[in-house]
Amino acid sequence: MSDASIMKLKDIHKSFGNVDALKGVSISINKGECHCLLGDNGAGKSTFIKIMSGVHQPTTGQISINGKDTVINNPRDAIDSGIATVYQDLALIPLMSVSRNFWLGRELTKKVGPITVMDFEKCNSILMSEMDKIGIQLRDPNQSIGTLSGGERQTVAIARAVFFGAKILILDEPTSALGVYQTSNVLKTIEKVREKGVAVVFISHNVSHALAVGDKFTVLSRGETLGTALSGEINFEELQSMMSGHKELSELKNKK
Amino acid sequence: MPSSLINMSSIRSKFSNALLRPDLGAIVGVILVFLFFFLVARDTGMFSLEGSMNWGIVSSQFIIIAVGACLLMIAGEFDLSVGSMIGFAGIVIAVTSVVWGWPVWLSIIAAFVISMTIGSLIGYITVKTNLPSFIVSLAFLYILRGMTIFIAIVSTKKTIIGGVTEAAQNDWLAPIFGGKIFTGVFEWLAEHGLIETFIAGTKAGQPVVSGIPMMMVWALGLIIFAHFLLTKTRFGNWIYASGGDAQAARHIGVPVNRVKILMFVFTAFCATVFATTQVIEFGSASADRGILKEFEAIISVVIGGALLTGGYGSVIGAALGAVIFGVVQQGLFFIGVESSLFRVFLGVLLLLAVILNTHIRKLITGPK
Repeated sequence: MSDASIMKLKDIHKSFGNVDALKGVSISINKGECHCLLGDNGAGKSTFIKIMSGVHQPTTGQISINGKDTVINNPRDAIDSGIATVYQDLALIPLMSVSRNFWLGRELTKKVGPITVMDFEKCNSILMSEMDKIGIQLRDPNQSIGTLSGGERQTVAIARAVFFGAKILILDEPTSALGVYQTSNVLKTIEKVREKGVAVVFISHNVSHALAVGDKFTVLSRGETLGTALSGEINFEELQSMMSGHKELSELKNKK
Repeated sequence: MPSSLINMSSIRSKFSNALLRPDLGAIVGVILVFLFFFLVARDTGMFSLEGSMNWGIVSSQFIIIAVGACLLMIAGEFDLSVGSMIGFAGIVIAVTSVVWGWPVWLSIIAAFVISMTIGSLIGYITVKTNLPSFIVSLAFLYILRGMTIFIAIVSTKKTIIGGVTEAAQNDWLAPIFGGKIFTGVFEWLAEHGLIETFIAGTKAGQPVVSGIPMMMVWALGLIIFAHFLLTKTRFGNWIYASGGDAQAARHIGVPVNRVKILMFVFTAFCATVFATTQVIEFGSASADRGILKEFEAIISVVIGGALLTGGYGSVIGAALGAVIFGVVQQGLFFIGVESSLFRVFLGVLLLLAVILNTHIRKLITGPK
């Protein structure tokens, strides 16, 4: 078990002034596994993923990546350690083209004389083939992200993260704003990504979406972990009642 | 069947892409404006070499500040201190060169260094306080204008400082801002009777238009530089991203604050170019120069198709917006229309441009 673990967060606390957003959250993330982090609004999911992705630093607690204790100071650090985050509404910039979005921050360049310019030809051709692989039909790499559907945007963002070598992919409510058809497309994409050996952390408050792709489920409530269950060990009603009623996982198991 | 289908859809997509160019409105606007004045002002000399030089110079002035405002607006910020910066930089050059006796090249460099430092300060305050740049730069509109008048009064008891022309004689840097190029070509054209010459007076026989003013060269140079930077380099990609969605850009690792501060510095640079060309041309600096220029720059940029909310726009569009500005202002003069109507026209144009841009934005970002 421990061999597959690529990221461990132990006893993470985070306070903002007087407010304790996280009160000791622990989670272990394995390679090629979709780990669902469930919780109601305000449970601390957002704070927790911001710590994983370097936006916030924990007040106390330990983070280890590949068995080594690590401090993630900023988003750049997280990206360098292979942690990529796709935020629900902050993933892409709608006014910019798909190609400019895909390569943002990691633009391919070439030299024209002494001047370094973006290599649009290469950017666009790689983009088109990556989009093809993930099942998005683009008519033009220069069309703006705004012309894509919500599900397609999520898929582009996921494809981008994986293309740039994400080992751990954090998805923040990727399906919460989507319709049924688009949701199923995004869930299929998650499955494809997991098959490549990428660890997926899927944040959601939608239990049925989580059950559709999840291998493991951790429920957060009021800044604490209520427990972790494997797929097949737990059903929809149990997860749902844990999220809403703050029942401990062990309690539920004892009842069985 | 499929091939014709693909052709049709690709033609349609090319067509809609053309429609979604940010500068489309400005291109149409320029054509309409030229068409209008060509029809009504053909006989006034507006399109003679001399007349063209007239609106060409005015347009170039607008272009120089519009280019800076354009990149800054695409990066998601405003600078309302541009006009005051123009007055300030001019007075710095005049006071240091005329009153303190510095060589003019040193005065010009000093003006650039000071202005760009203030520009970076405006940017730094904006990104650090998270306040709207509208307010931060409004404060500097007053601070700089006040400082400008204060420095002028304290050092010369006047608000207009002359004598720069004398000080700039034999200076190596001044001609780069106030000189003309291709004067030989124009002399040659005059000698061969191809362009108009003065008939009488001390300049008799010399061409009426003696060369291309450096102001036009700066305008062209800044357009090329800014357009290239924005559309071809990775830094340009970061400018779009910083204005399009600063938070998303930060998450992906774009140094948004650095980008924004640098764009404030660039705006200050453009304002100083404007100030320097004027000071060298007129031979004097005046503490009230540049008033309302910040708004003229912003209007040019908006006519050029940029969104006030950032992330979208075009340098070419802003330059064309500036040309519309210059041609209409001078054109009304040529056809003898009361010049106050220019402002009415400008207001109407601004309103139309903003409505059009908002509509285009809806087309780009889709129904959502």
